[in-house]
Amino acid sequence: MMKVIAKGWRPLLVLLLLFIGWETVAIKSRVPDWLLPTPTKIFYEGFNGWANFYPDLLSTIKLSLLGFALGLVIGLLTAILLHLLPFIRESIYPLLIISQNIPIIVLAPLLVIWFGFGLLPKMIVITLVCFFPITVAALDGFKQTSNELKHYMIMAGASNKQLFWKLELPYALPSLFSGLKISATYSVMGAVISEWLGAKDGIGVYMTLASSSFRTDRVFVAIFAIVALSLLFFSIIVLIERWLVRWQLKGAK
Amino acid sequence: MKVSHLTVSNISKQFDKNEVIKNLAFTVEKNEFVSILGPSGSGKSTIFSLIGGILSPDQGTIHLDHQVINGKRGFISYMPQTPSLLPWRTIVENVLLGQELQGKKEKEEALEMIDIAGLAGYENAYPHELSGGMKQRASFIRALLSPQSIICLDEPFSALDELTRLDMQKWLLSIWEEHRRTILFVTHNIEEALFLSDRIIVLSNKPSQVAAEFHVPFSRPREESLFLEDEFLEWKRKIYYSLKKTGE
Ligand SMILES: Nc1ncnc2c1ncn2[C@@H]1O[C@H](COP(=O)(O)OP(=O)(O)OP(=O)(O)O)[C@@H](O)[C@H]1O
Ligand SMILES: [Mg+2]
Repeated sequence: MMKVIAKGWRPLLVLLLLFIGWETVAIKSRVPDWLLPTPTKIFYEGFNGWANFYPDLLSTIKLSLLGFALGLVIGLLTAILLHLLPFIRESIYPLLIISQNIPIIVLAPLLVIWFGFGLLPKMIVITLVCFFPITVAALDGFKQTSNELKHYMIMAGASNKQLFWKLELPYALPSLFSGLKISATYSVMGAVISEWLGAKDGIGVYMTLASSSFRTDRVFVAIFAIVALSLLFFSIIVLIERWLVRWQLKGAK
Repeated sequence: MKVSHLTVSNISKQFDKNEVIKNLAFTVEKNEFVSILGPSGSGKSTIFSLIGGILSPDQGTIHLDHQVINGKRGFISYMPQTPSLLPWRTIVENVLLGQELQGKKEKEEALEMIDIAGLAGYENAYPHELSGGMKQRASFIRALLSPQSIICLDEPFSALDELTRLDMQKWLLSIWEEHRRTILFVTHNIEEALFLSDRIIVLSNKPSQVAAEFHVPFSRPREESLFLEDEFLEWKRKIYYSLKKTGE
């Protein structure tokens, strides 16, 4: 905990300075609030409008968690499948890359046409942005498995199943976690985008309403909420990583 | 007719045009300590891959007791040149891995062996917290605790410094003399082979065959002083010349 505080104060200071600079510039140059509200006004709105904003926040959290979980399962399953069946890897891997080149903004309306306004198109959007970093990271991790260890395991008579569960999967964990960190932050973004497709509540909805009524302060509240949420998810993944990969932290390499 | 524990009959193996092993034949008896001595690149590790079932011989058969084990995995326990401990497992968990792959785990026995091996207090340490020699001990214990009847060791001490190596050789002998198992030991160090084994098989250059075979007469338990005895040095010379001859 002390370490976090010791390391964390620098970026916090920079952030604080940034806010102070922003505040003074906004006040000095008299920018109208609908163009660029001052940080104090944004915090004020965030505080006062909390009761109003809170359900949206909660709904987005739920959506991102659900989407992230689905992305995790699909991403991991895809990686395992591609790893265990090399002939599939060659034919599917390029398609995975293509899936990442389709702009979500373009795809989203199509998803609504195909699947309506329910949960399904939203899950597709979040999964689409979430699974890829996980798949790539896990595949890389599997592939990097030390040949020495693999040779030992095979010589000692490990079956393919044992080789995977006892060696390749644990070996891929550190790599997998770097993918998870990216995906966890993407999942919030994915959730907000998916809410633009049409939802009852959520930060995405809140944001659309705010910007169409020129409540720029609220748009910023939404932005800060997204940033905070992404950071929170990221930290949770880091904590889980520390716990699961603790053998690595303790030591030299 | 009595059947040897391990019988390698006239096996050959080539990689593309590279003929590594040709008509190699030897046997290992139950609870015997046999060393395979050969120049670098003569195919010693390949022999282990064949016995371990990672590779299949192009010709010939490998028998374990009455069973043909060509291309079949899981019949040997193995200790490689590098410790190859899984970094995320503690020493006990690592030592149990060989058993785990074959089914049942006996933690009590493992803890006892760790103690005997001089690793007491490190049961729950991770491999990176151990020195090179200690890791090799753990690796040997892992092989020893595996249920298979024959242990194959591929130059297990060649990466260690001179002093540690001597320690490890003495240590290995002391453990083995108490817990007899069939051991097939690969090395290119004549003294090591002489000090440890009951029998030494000298390989010829590629394609390798058995160039010579020696029964080592020294009684057990063997002491470090053996290294300086005249008879030992004489044997060393004898084996040295037989190795030299294969090189020509
Ligand atoms: N999988 C393989 N594919 C192709 N060639 C191989 C393979 N494994 C070994 N060889 C070749 O077989 C020969 C013997 O290799 P091997 O590793 O068995 O020698 P070694 O006696 O163990 O050598 P060292 O003492 O250096 O460990 C070498 O020429 C090597 O290039
Ligand atoms: Mg070798």
